Amino acid sequence: MEGGFIAMPTDVILWILGGLILISAVMSLALRNLIHCALFLMVCFLGLAGLYLHLNAVFSGLVQALVYVGAVGIILIFAILLTEGGGTETGSHLGSQWRTGIGLAVLLAFALLGAVSNSPQTTQAARHTEEPTVREIGLKLMTDYLLPLQTIGLLLTAAAIGAVVLAMQEPKPRKDETP
Amino acid sequence: MEPLKGLLSTLWKALTDQPDPKAPFLESIPEDYRSLASAVLSVAPILMVFPLLFALTTVLERKGLGRIQNRLGPNRVGPAGFLQFAADGLKTLTKEDVVPRAADRVVHFLAPIALVIPVLLTFAVLPFGRNLAPIDLDAGLLFFFAVSSATELAVFMAGWASRNKYSLLGALRAVAQMVSYEIPLVLAALSVVMITGTLSLSAIAAAQSPTPGSFLAPWYVFTPWGLMGFLLFMIAACAEANRSPFDLPEGESEIIAGYYLEYSGFKFALFFLGEYLGLFASSGLAITLFLGGWNAPFAFMQGWLPSWVWFFAKLATLIAVFIWIRGTLPRVRMDQLMGLAWKFMIPMTLLTLVAAGLWHRLPSAPLRWVACTALLAGAFLVLGRVLMPRTRHGRRVYRYAD
Amino acid sequence: MTFYLALSVLLFCVGLAGVLARRHAIMALIGIELMLNAANINFIAFWRHSSAADDLSGMFWMIFSVAIAAAEAAVGLALVILVFRHRRSVRLDELESLKG
Repeated sequence: MEGGFIAMPTDVILWILGGLILISAVMSLALRNLIHCALFLMVCFLGLAGLYLHLNAVFSGLVQALVYVGAVGIILIFAILLTEGGGTETGSHLGSQWRTGIGLAVLLAFALLGAVSNSPQTTQAARHTEEPTVREIGLKLMTDYLLPLQTIGLLLTAAAIGAVVLAMQEPKPRKDETP
Repeated sequence: MEPLKGLLSTLWKALTDQPDPKAPFLESIPEDYRSLASAVLSVAPILMVFPLLFALTTVLERKGLGRIQNRLGPNRVGPAGFLQFAADGLKTLTKEDVVPRAADRVVHFLAPIALVIPVLLTFAVLPFGRNLAPIDLDAGLLFFFAVSSATELAVFMAGWASRNKYSLLGALRAVAQMVSYEIPLVLAALSVVMITGTLSLSAIAAAQSPTPGSFLAPWYVFTPWGLMGFLLFMIAACAEANRSPFDLPEGESEIIAGYYLEYSGFKFALFFLGEYLGLFASSGLAITLFLGGWNAPFAFMQGWLPSWVWFFAKLATLIAVFIWIRGTLPRVRMDQLMGLAWKFMIPMTLLTLVAAGLWHRLPSAPLRWVACTALLAGAFLVLGRVLMPRTRHGRRVYRYAD
Repeated sequence: MTFYLALSVLLFCVGLAGVLARRHAIMALIGIELMLNAANINFIAFWRHSSAADDLSGMFWMIFSVAIAAAEAAVGLALVILVFRHRRSVRLDELESLKG
């Protein structure tokens, strides 16, 4: 698996994936058209799924593709169409304090990058190059991680019901309200 | 000469069910190219067989629908009209490719590609024969669903980028329908996963091999929960593929052609191809999960034919059933479609999961048959008859125009 | 390892910049999704480089985080739709009725 079937060094694939993820992430936040943003976000998520697959975390990569592209992406697109009609935003698409925001983010990036490059953790070699089988993941999930699993189940149920209740049409809209 | 001999030997091994069919060809070529050649060997048959099957299916579907509707169907091109697909293909290839002026050109161009690629990827994990799974992935079923969920996005891209009301409506209908029916599809598949304890499709197919000495093969469709799961899976697969009676996204009488209204020429052909390949893929998955994959129905038949013949025979049968359904059932309404998914299919698949658990837990054969059948039949009656809004059918009255 | 951490930092900051700079509520949600994904990269990277032999906790963190992100997206977008229905706008700087 490592290196793919073409004789391409694994680093090159990593750089390509990383570049794809970052560029599509920037595009997904910089474009004016909301649908374009959502589509670029999907590219970014697929790139991340590819990264996980490349790191031999096959299960995680597939979960990423299934949940983000299949579920989150679709509700995102529905929400965009239900609110703005999917067109380009009118007026400025940037908030009033965008300079402060981007400045803060850049500062944070420099601080964190500095921290990462000085960290002693980073020199450790990769230990887990073999992916765990789905059976192992399932057994662990049902034994050691049973409580988190149940909690997540509860959370997802609550979220699903909550989302339906929130977005439900009011039963009787008043007549004077224009739709 | 050596690689050619290797290739022939590989072909022979693949067609006769021998283990590790790729080996002779891979040994005959240089070390550096082996992994690439292995990938090509896995991909090329899929790219050759399934588009050809698609071409044949279009002709057979039109002929079958013609017979159902009391007409002849295509019968001009080639012997008995069987070369109609070549004529159609040439026509779509040479047609002018029209893109609406208002359309979002890039997304409009990418949508058909984004539809066909994931659909083709799903074939990678299907075991077509005893040793014929292109990738024997440990999480094969998860791969199938993860990849096929990307098609929803492609459908949306097509509908939105066309800047056409009908396209957008069709795309929204299609996405809502595919999202709704994906849940019962996955839940129905989960009952099999619960029994076999694996997500690997090859292992699921192998678990349904008949044991020597028995009569009937242990296909999951021969159990109460398996039969119910199979039926629910097929209904959901039919809706996922946007086929009649669930073809609202492209209902001609309402929204012309839905999300691919603004596509012509080769791009339209790609949509058509993607839709049929998706149908083949989900039929293949149903065969693997419930109909024993490449296994013969009876133990004594197991060695009669190569395993892939059984697989494709089952696939052909399922396609014929889909054509039959399309020719027989009228299109449902949007609220009926959603009501069926959320009020009937999802509770029913959840109860199928419960029944599969009961089947696993109860030891004795007669008891678990009775318990599972009673649970599922009761649930079917309650959900399908009592809770569903019923229309009182009076005596049918025929009215003619004066 | 440095590569993954740096990638994660950059992705996080892109998301943060998006949340802070864009006016549209849905864009803020997209930014939050990107930040969560940056955290997921870290989980997977630390799983791969963790010293314990059969320690899968990084992977499980990632899986749980994906589930939480899905729940968050569903509720968040339902809220956006609700706000739009009441106010006819989802610009974050126009939702200021609580301002004194």
